[in-house]
Amino acid sequence: MMLKVNGREHQVDADPDTPLLYVLRDDLGLNAAKFGCGLGQCGACTVIVDGNAVLSCVTPLLLLEGRQVTTLEGLGSIEAPAPIQRAFMEEQAAQCGYCIAGMMMRAQALLQKNPKPTDDDIRAELEPHLCRCGTHMRILRAVHRAAHLMQTADASTVQRSAR
Amino acid sequence: MNAPVILDRRRVLAGGGALIVSFALSDGFAQDQSAPTAPALKPPGSLATAPYLDSWIRIDADGNVTAFTGKAELGQGFKTAFQQIAAEELDVPFAALKVVTADTRLTANEGYTSGSHSMQDSGTAIQNAAAQVRELLIAEAARRLDLGPENLRTENGAVIASDGRRLPYGDLVAGDMLHVQAQPKSKLKDPATFKVMGQPIPRVDIPAKVTGGAAYVQDMRLPGMVHARIVRPPSYSAQLTDCDTGGIEKMPGVVKVLRDGNFLAVVANREFQAIKAMQALSAAAKWKETASLPKQDDLFRILTNLPSQDKTIFEQRNPSVLGQKTIEATYTRPYQSHGSIGPSCAVAQFADGTMTVWTHTQGVYPDRQGIAEMLRMPASNVRCIHVEGSGCYGHNGADDAAADAALIARALPGTPVRVQWMREQEHGWEPFGPAMVTKLKASLDDSGTIADWNFEVWSNTHSMRPGGAGSMLAAQHMAKPFAVPEAKPIPLPEGGGDRNAIPIYKFPNAHVVHHFIPDMPLRISAMRALGAYHNVFSIESFMDELAVAAGADAIEFRLKHLDDPRGRDVIARAAEGFGWRKGQKAPRDRGYGFAFARYKNLAAYCAIASEVEVNSETGRPRLVRAVAAVDSGQVVNPDGLINQIEGAIMQSMSWTLYESVTFDDTRITSIDWQTYPILRFDSVPDSVVVHVINRPGKPFLGSGETGQGPAAASIANAIANATGKRLRDLPLTRRKIKQAIDA
Repeated sequence: MMLKVNGREHQVDADPDTPLLYVLRDDLGLNAAKFGCGLGQCGACTVIVDGNAVLSCVTPLLLLEGRQVTTLEGLGSIEAPAPIQRAFMEEQAAQCGYCIAGMMMRAQALLQKNPKPTDDDIRAELEPHLCRCGTHMRILRAVHRAAHLMQTADASTVQRSAR
Repeated sequence: MNAPVILDRRRVLAGGGALIVSFALSDGFAQDQSAPTAPALKPPGSLATAPYLDSWIRIDADGNVTAFTGKAELGQGFKTAFQQIAAEELDVPFAALKVVTADTRLTANEGYTSGSHSMQDSGTAIQNAAAQVRELLIAEAARRLDLGPENLRTENGAVIASDGRRLPYGDLVAGDMLHVQAQPKSKLKDPATFKVMGQPIPRVDIPAKVTGGAAYVQDMRLPGMVHARIVRPPSYSAQLTDCDTGGIEKMPGVVKVLRDGNFLAVVANREFQAIKAMQALSAAAKWKETASLPKQDDLFRILTNLPSQDKTIFEQRNPSVLGQKTIEATYTRPYQSHGSIGPSCAVAQFADGTMTVWTHTQGVYPDRQGIAEMLRMPASNVRCIHVEGSGCYGHNGADDAAADAALIARALPGTPVRVQWMREQEHGWEPFGPAMVTKLKASLDDSGTIADWNFEVWSNTHSMRPGGAGSMLAAQHMAKPFAVPEAKPIPLPEGGGDRNAIPIYKFPNAHVVHHFIPDMPLRISAMRALGAYHNVFSIESFMDELAVAAGADAIEFRLKHLDDPRGRDVIARAAEGFGWRKGQKAPRDRGYGFAFARYKNLAAYCAIASEVEVNSETGRPRLVRAVAAVDSGQVVNPDGLINQIEGAIMQSMSWTLYESVTFDDTRITSIDWQTYPILRFDSVPDSVVVHVINRPGKPFLGSGETGQGPAAASIANAIANATGKRLRDLPLTRRKIKQAIDA
């Protein structure tokens, strides 16, 4: 079937019951979505599908026909990081970092829907995610910073277009 | 069982064969040769065991500088810190340097990355080696320019003469110039002149981790790589009685099904094919299980009744001081999981007689030894390369996964094999942090001072790490199995079960006993802080119990018994940062707690004040805020240090409030995040503040584990302060707190 990931169409030859996680990692060679539990309990595999955070380890390929999948790679790069990526770098919001990509994708989905989340909003949204190194405080700060960076970016876009 | 390894060392010693071509082996050769005539005064850190400067620093003709460490980056961020140290002492721009981490072909043998030793051992070695390399470069420039060294300085990767002439390092280094043994003393820079050390330089590994770069062993994709899955026995002593693999071999993509005794694995071209085949293989496997686990409800009675080796590890007597008021208490800690978010993974390839294993082990050399022994190969034909994995916090499944991958790769010569453990395998088979029991008894004199102190701890060892094959599951499960090695206590002053069992406080009478239990009913090994987590939890909880009995403020009471000035400083800093006031009452349903320790009584100092709220209806505790102070000696990267302490507080809070491995009479039953719950965002504090006390020029102390014990006790003390009830049986769950409130 055809699978749209990070804006590009891919012909994927995998069984329809294959969880999206394995298609992203094995067929498309993407690193960000991580295997953590395969049970939807930890959030390490989170990606965005049509604007919503989705646990890719328990989402079979057959549900994704015609949908838009976005992974962390689709947001930005080391050279041109997206606001959420800049924010996590600036806050040094990682220790081992294994859980971080999943956290960032859910935070990104939140910020796309709610550009000015409260601290409680962010905590509630990240509830499905586990971090074992104990980087929680930095992760929260990074999401706040990302919200700020996105607004600043939006504001400068508005300013530019107004001129 | 060590025969192949010894043979290999002899061959190296004899200089036989083509083995001495690589750097690591020539280094090993040099170490073995130099040992008998080693000077009495050894160079510092790991230079003592790997004294050649080019084991640590190399400079190529283009001026590229590489620092080498035998330690493994586990997410602590020391790769960045080492780069700072080397850049500082060498006068090379930070970004121009590269750091190569643990690899048996490239780096010195620094044993395990454990015990908060990386900065002390490897950081110190790199600092001194870099300083000595800089001196050699200056000496070489002096010779070439015919100038005295006093007319030369270093800057930006070059030696610069007072007349302006500039010799880049790449031009100065020739031949074996850096292949010289380190001197015992180095001309280290004055900390007041540091430009790179002491700065919060952003971590070098984070950009790739937040943009989807290949950052972990899980992300490795070698050409032609296949995917393997293990089918582990359902319980420790289960025996495979029957397994019809015929149907599984015909499943789509399946390359091979392996059976070697109780070791069962399947290999497929694609990852999800391997998972489906693993499920089918698991269903086909018939096991005979034996009920061999202790009764969990009665665990602590069973543990303390097991045969033990009892040793008085500390004794202090002053018969003139007598206690008036005696209290006693027993504290317990269950088995706890490392609980890595990413289950263990390894890639191995057997090609041209050499086994290469990419692994997130904490010890590439011991891992190599274990794998070589298991495969009955010379260790020189096994190469272990560290690649980051998910955070491990001690001995998790990393070494086992490496052995799994090697065993499977040997059956598929030439083909790279990636083994990925499943969630239930990591939870069910990782070696847990050992259960422990402590019994404390102390008396106060009539001035409210501790007159005598008795502390007894019962514990297994805290390290069953490899070295030998018998520590690895694959080797234990083979048809010709390797026996699990006999457990040994870790000697003091570092200690294992008795780590931090000796109080840092001064008591006129004190008696500390370590009951070492050799039998291990559950598979256990090293978990962050080892015995210090429970011992500090016990000592610092009991200090509060005694303070209450003496009617004293918790901090005043500690200071009354503490001479160590650096200890007193961290206590004062944490108290000040928290706003601690003597006799201050917390708001309703809240409590304040305090705790302090110096890790191992020889590493970093850490004090933590905390505020906890307890829902009196449900018993649910939540850490509201924590303020820590840490003294880790000379600080290299303050933000990295803060990150470690923040993480220690959060992780220790999770262990302390929620975590316990569960089991029935046969199987481990905590096998995922439902059955082994840990901290989630709804319980994250409002704030965590870490104050760093820098000690310029003082030795690095290592800080990765110093927060675990104080965080636990600080939270327990705050719960006691909030509820008026003392809980001593970890974890301090909502249910136990509720029961205590209602009692």
